[in-house]
Amino acid sequence: MTVSIGERAPEFQLPDTAGQTHSPDGAAATVVVFTCNHCPYALAWHERIVEAARDYADRGVRFLAINSNDAQRYPRDSYEAMQRRVAQEHWPMPYLHDSSQEVARAYGAQVTPDVFVLDGDRRLRYRGAPDSAYDDPSQDAAWLREALDAVLAGREPERPQTEPIGCSIKWRA
Amino acid sequence: MRIPDIELLWWAGCPSTERALAELRAALDDVGLAGAEVRMTRVRDDHGARERGFVGSPTILVDGEDVAPAGDEDVGLSCRLYRRRDGQISPTPGREGLREALLRATRGGPQEVKP
Repeated sequence: MTVSIGERAPEFQLPDTAGQTHSPDGAAATVVVFTCNHCPYALAWHERIVEAARDYADRGVRFLAINSNDAQRYPRDSYEAMQRRVAQEHWPMPYLHDSSQEVARAYGAQVTPDVFVLDGDRRLRYRGAPDSAYDDPSQDAAWLREALDAVLAGREPERPQTEPIGCSIKWRA
Repeated sequence: MRIPDIELLWWAGCPSTERALAELRAALDDVGLAGAEVRMTRVRDDHGARERGFVGSPTILVDGEDVAPAGDEDVGLSCRLYRRRDGQISPTPGREGLREALLRATRGGPQEVKP
């Protein structure tokens, strides 16, 4: 399955690293980022996503990071490893564990990072990469920010879809 | 100049192979080995990864030596994380690191290369 631009994104309920459950409802806009602990692309973009989460928090935007990788084959993506990382790095967004991989499948997530911007009605308004260059921090998650600015202004993003670049999600065999 | 054996191990789940190969070609050019053969070896599954001690894609071996010796990385199918000198995280080792590895292999130690 995958979600198309303009469609309602699937509902989900996933636990964060403290055991609290989160869903993609109730905010003016929600950013769902499929990510993980060891992918160089996810890590290279991480700080930019974190900065965007901080910058947009006051504007009613909620960020939800989701790790869907198979932790059995990739222990660095275990729930415990997620907990350690969040404790060390002071994340401004919850880091959710998709142990069944059902949410990644429902969204059609392919790689880490894979960014989905939902409006207040949970309709998908942007899907793709945070910006055009993982190796250029000055890009500052520009595509993600553009999409959020549009959604918050009640407009369609000019660039609703880009190609997500990153490590393939590690599906269970 | 002796031409070292150069092998690039890659896995299809990672988008960095092309870039790594381009960096490697540029580094070979830097050290005067523009025509050197690069053996491309695809790692297809967990078994292949274990067999080669593959800690992620891309992995580049010069005379069998990893250009960025693995630390505590797990053997398996994943994208490899490199840390550049400036601290930046990268999915490829970078032209500079590759150039130094090639120089070590061909001349027995790092030397200054004029741009």
